Amino acid sequence: MEMRRCRGTRDLLPADMAKFRNIEKIFSLCCAQWGYQEVRTPLIEYLHLFTSAGTLTPDMLSRLYSFLDWDGWSGERVVLRPEGTIPVARLYVDNLQQGTLARFFYVENTFSFDETGEKTREKWQCGAELAGASCPEADSELILLAMDTLRRLGLDKVQIRLSHAGIIRGLFQDGGFSNGEQLNMLDTVLGGDNSKLVEMIADTPQLREFLGGLLKNKGQSVDFLKNIRSCASEFCPHIIPGLDNFITIAGLLTAAGCDYEIDLTSAQGFEYYTGVIFQIYTGGRKIGGGGRYDALIPLVGGGDVPASGFALYLDQIMKVIPVGNEGEIKPRKILLKSQLSTPDDYGYAVSISNMLRQKGYLVEFDLGCQNQECYRWILTLLKKQNDYSFELLDCDTQQSTVLIELSNVMQFLEKA
Amino acid sequence: MSLRIALPKGRLAAETSSLINKAGIELDDYGEKSRLYRLKSANYSQLAFKVLHEKDIPIQVAIGNYDMGICGLDWIEELITKYPSSEILKLRDLGYGKYNLCITTSRAGKISSLEDLRQYEGDVRIASEYPNIAESFALKLRLKKFRIFPVWGAAEALPPENADIVLLACSPSDGLAKCGLNNIINVFTSSAYIIVNRESWKQKDMSSLLELFSGIQIAAIAEKRESLSSISASGMFDDMNKSLLTLALPDGHQQKPAAELLQKAGFVTTEYDAGYIRPDIGIPGVAAKVIRPQDMPLQVANGYFDLAITGQDWLKEHLYRFPSSPVKEVLKLGFGEVRIVAVVSMQLDINDAAGLRELLKNGTLPVIRVVSEYVSIADRYSWDKHLSPYRVIPSWGASEAFLPEDADLLIENVQTGKTIARNNLKIIDTLFCSSACIIGNTYSLENPLKAEKIDDIVQRLCRFLPAEAEK
Repeated sequence: MEMRRCRGTRDLLPADMAKFRNIEKIFSLCCAQWGYQEVRTPLIEYLHLFTSAGTLTPDMLSRLYSFLDWDGWSGERVVLRPEGTIPVARLYVDNLQQGTLARFFYVENTFSFDETGEKTREKWQCGAELAGASCPEADSELILLAMDTLRRLGLDKVQIRLSHAGIIRGLFQDGGFSNGEQLNMLDTVLGGDNSKLVEMIADTPQLREFLGGLLKNKGQSVDFLKNIRSCASEFCPHIIPGLDNFITIAGLLTAAGCDYEIDLTSAQGFEYYTGVIFQIYTGGRKIGGGGRYDALIPLVGGGDVPASGFALYLDQIMKVIPVGNEGEIKPRKILLKSQLSTPDDYGYAVSISNMLRQKGYLVEFDLGCQNQECYRWILTLLKKQNDYSFELLDCDTQQSTVLIELSNVMQFLEKA
Repeated sequence: MSLRIALPKGRLAAETSSLINKAGIELDDYGEKSRLYRLKSANYSQLAFKVLHEKDIPIQVAIGNYDMGICGLDWIEELITKYPSSEILKLRDLGYGKYNLCITTSRAGKISSLEDLRQYEGDVRIASEYPNIAESFALKLRLKKFRIFPVWGAAEALPPENADIVLLACSPSDGLAKCGLNNIINVFTSSAYIIVNRESWKQKDMSSLLELFSGIQIAAIAEKRESLSSISASGMFDDMNKSLLTLALPDGHQQKPAAELLQKAGFVTTEYDAGYIRPDIGIPGVAAKVIRPQDMPLQVANGYFDLAITGQDWLKEHLYRFPSSPVKEVLKLGFGEVRIVAVVSMQLDINDAAGLRELLKNGTLPVIRVVSEYVSIADRYSWDKHLSPYRVIPSWGASEAFLPEDADLLIENVQTGKTIARNNLKIIDTLFCSSACIIGNTYSLENPLKAEKIDDIVQRLCRFLPAEAEK
């Protein structure tokens, strides 16, 4: 059958929405309990918000949905937001006293073009942003918040991969590259091609050995970083500040009982990161990521305010969590039938249904085509002369009871 | 198997004609002066040729109206830069029709190198006939803030006052320097290409056709492309910035009647007639510049000109796209009168828009393909007439060639309607009448410093208008 839906989009059916809302609900609850408040930014933003200061890679920029608005005669383009962090940074700059500590979270859709039409072009993110704090505890807090959410969603086999932008930038500096060259290399690395990184940087065998130890190995603990630290001053002095920060954060995570893998080459993503970068996987599927981007708020025109954050990929998480809790409601689901005929009778049926709903029942009117299996009760309104009575069918036992008063019905339902 | 091939009008026609000849395909009356749109080959009867504006060919091949096409790489890139999943395969570089796509800046402007551009702190205004390539260039260079002004032509006339950089097609013989421009980087070199539709490539046997073209070398024929306009004496930029009022004058077929009117009203027109970009029109405090009438509403809206002489059709096209744009008609001039009409093929047995709706309803047409140079006017008309579903296909001229194979409805301007009749087409509706007019920037019109001068110019011209325009 021909699809009428736009290429690269998807419909969320009731079962999908049950999962979606469940994830959203748990994420919101976790965030609230960690002191984060919800915000929402507009779907369209000016293009220059994303081009200013080179905050996205050219590959990502080329996938933007950019267009001229109805008042675009000035040539000012707008975009459907391609990600959630930069708009929240803008929100902070536009609305808050610079330097205020702000803990925000959001559930928003983002758009980026995919030419194959196989991946979805609309993606949902659960994001959290923490502005105004630069201490290692802030980085650790975000990682723990992400993990808390995933644990409450029932995902236990989750892997965190840590990297650090300060170390990668330090390597480029030690390699003696110009700003332009660094930018090109960053594009390659961030585009996902890590293999060339070592070749690009190392011009001496000694340095190559050291970089091999640094980049080609994956550490499971802070000790790995301490070992690197012991040789760094000899080969790559510029990585030391980043490395020290990384060691502190890794130590905090260990103390909090959070496992991780250290893989410096796992830094792909946004280039606005300045500090720790973390990516979250389950079963080989990337389900989220984040990190520190102290330069971002200044780059979008704000004060010198440090910030960090993460996003969980809602669409990916929907694929891996068990079914949502849409089944829970059945015990309280009633189908309301009536053999009545006048508008007054209908009014009576509506008042009955409202009373039941106030008691917490889900009441559906019988429109003649419902599948009766998905109800717990079927309540039929009867009328003899001017008196109403009720027939209540228990769908589990198939036992039917006739009751005279509504209060009897309520008692019967509550007892069961 | 029958195959449909799109051939370019204009600058590539002579070499392409010679290519077709060498391939052994007999094709009468195709070349630079050809006026026929549909061509058949005497010895390859299964090939159907259509002659289209070069810029339309990538789109037409991509949407599957043609299996194969020949056009410049520049227009192919302009399409696939913005729409990477376009159903086009670039098959062969034919080597002729070469020119460079360059980023150029004014010698009098602030940007003289790529590094200057990278470091530029303001909003970079980029004008080009290639808005998609220009946007991609700006993104790759990581310009922090930029604006793109698409133009129909004469982009070289815009810097430095009206654009900071211009993406321009030019060859060394064009003499950028003469225009007061610097080339700061070649983005790529364009030449004629054979393109094919991807689906046709997968499903149809085109091998015998493609073999005909293999190994043929076409010598470049001397440059025939319209060369860049010459420029009046340097130093004019300063005049423009200091002047009280700026006026845009039309090039192309509106130039002659506009010059006549100006002359009657006592303006000096010798430099305008001689093709200067910045002609002196003999009014102190007023600086004039010659650009395309199609581009004027956008330029006026942005305050680069206070007044401009253009057509009511282009003003309407602009305002349909950007309803809140600060530009309005100041004076109807009366010359260059055309009707904007809806046109269909004689083969369609209908006489109005309701007839088109009927064709959709009874399934004769699955979708109405609307072709026009006036994309926004065509869109608005199709919407207002409930022709849903419809698709608007942009065109850059010779639009009557599209009907009936490649489009169902044409929105076009006509003077006499002879071209319409000659192409076996009929008019089913008149949207509106359009003539030349003066348009103004609404802020300039409200500016007391400028109002008197504007009024002076308008009053002068008013006295010499054709009688009917004054009504």
